[in-house]
Amino acid sequence: MDAATPSNLAAPVAWGRVRRGRHVADQALKIICTVFTMLGALVLGWILMMLLVEGFSALSPAVFTQVTPGPGTQGGGIANAIVGSLILTFLGIVVATPVGVLAGTYLAEYGKGSKLAEVIRFLNDILLSAPSILIGLFVYTLMVQPMGGYSGWAGGVALAIIATPVIVRTTEDMLRIVPGSLREAGAALGAPMSTVIMSISWRAARAGMLTGILLAMARIAGETAPLLFTALNNNFWFKPNLMGGVSNLPVMIYQFALAPYQNWRELAWAGALLITLSILALSIVARMFLKKDGAR
Amino acid sequence: MSPIAINASSSIGSSATADATAPVRIAVRNLNFYYGDFRGLKDINLNFHDRQVTALIGPSGCGKSTLLRTFNRIYSLYPDQRAEGEILLDGRNVLSSSIDVNELRARVGMVFQKPTPFPMSIWDNIAFGIRLYEKLPKSELDDRIEEALRKAALWDEVKDKLRQSGMGLSGGQQQRLCIARTIAQRPEVILFDEPTSALDPISTGKIEELIEQLRSEFTIVIVTHNMQQAARISQFTAFMYLGELVEFGETTKIFMNPNKKQTQDYITGRFG
Repeated sequence: MDAATPSNLAAPVAWGRVRRGRHVADQALKIICTVFTMLGALVLGWILMMLLVEGFSALSPAVFTQVTPGPGTQGGGIANAIVGSLILTFLGIVVATPVGVLAGTYLAEYGKGSKLAEVIRFLNDILLSAPSILIGLFVYTLMVQPMGGYSGWAGGVALAIIATPVIVRTTEDMLRIVPGSLREAGAALGAPMSTVIMSISWRAARAGMLTGILLAMARIAGETAPLLFTALNNNFWFKPNLMGGVSNLPVMIYQFALAPYQNWRELAWAGALLITLSILALSIVARMFLKKDGAR
Repeated sequence: MSPIAINASSSIGSSATADATAPVRIAVRNLNFYYGDFRGLKDINLNFHDRQVTALIGPSGCGKSTLLRTFNRIYSLYPDQRAEGEILLDGRNVLSSSIDVNELRARVGMVFQKPTPFPMSIWDNIAFGIRLYEKLPKSELDDRIEEALRKAALWDEVKDKLRQSGMGLSGGQQQRLCIARTIAQRPEVILFDEPTSALDPISTGKIEELIEQLRSEFTIVIVTHNMQQAARISQFTAFMYLGELVEFGETTKIFMNPNKKQTQDYITGRFG
């Protein structure tokens, strides 16, 4: 194209067209956003500080070795609640992982463009944000009533129902970012779809999928409501067959935090600190997996 | 004549001359292809000769990749795509429902535009394809993998790191790994879909040399946007436009003295 000649250029525009109000609005938005961010961070920091101060001052060897104390007794620990929480979380994740991974795989690999997959995805999103107390009540009628009592199994199932939609969602999302060209390359070698999925798609997405499972674990580690109607709690060591109440940290905190006994309230702080630290650790490990994969 | 045409014609003849008497390996008969309602290929009739390189050229959207993707039915991964007509591989219609697509794909290998190493070791990348159809003891598998890597001119560069991830190789090495993976299966036909368009000139040169060597064993079909490349490495060339086959013939003839004006215009860079 020919260079523009002065004759077809518009007259130069005068300076000073930007009104002062625009600068003010520009600055105002920045300030408002910063203030509200600080407000959020302040509340969060306050909670964390209180948790750290109260929690660490409540920690002692007894916390990890003794069982929860009865009303009016001195000392005690939360060893039974720690072990119970580990078992319940483990049960929940063991049940939720195969269901979540396979359902997520269906949505990402087989259900492309199908109406059924769309409906399942929608229901999964609802389940993802369902009030957890409802899930507790659901498992109560499904398992606690027929089995004639509270049990760790019912608690594990309730936690699994909470964890499953999280795993479905992350599995699907992670499989979706595996490039289609990789699947085509697998198919072009004559690999059936099942082999392509298991040997190529899963392998390419494994770090993300593992992260999803860890985050689901972090999510259920602190759930209280679904356990209230299922695993309940227990002030002693629970039975090895997990029948009857199984002690766990969230419900222990719920019961001890507002109790009139000083040692109960301290143990509640210690339990809250332990849950928070384990969730923090899970999140850090999850991030490390993702980072390592991204750097590869 | 434009400079492109001069360059192209100057490199014609650098590869072996066409052998039109070679037996027909793939015969395409009245092939039509549909993306939903859109007809992407229109009544294609074309023969591909044994152990010859045939280049498919034409402007973007002309259907050359579409045609290539019918030979191993890779299009069938997508539900709204379908082909009608016949593609005879050694006389058998590969579009027939009685043909197992996976077995077909082991016979008709494919190398893509972007290198697609699997997220596993170099050794596993190649073993993956072999293991799908053959149960071999490890020592034999090792031999097959070495043979494939040697043929793909990659052995010397990777022989000390076979257990390392294939994703760690350079783009050109990754593409040769994909070629090794394909030839390790001992296919009859290899399809190349713009195999060098994501590579630098040096890697491109290596791949072209490789294709030249592979011709002694395999029937090769290559889609390329690069006309010099088509002129350099192919014995036959098919020029396509808007889903139709405009002209097919020996590469020297297509580039030096095409029958159709459309072909002439495309090759001399007047459109496309």
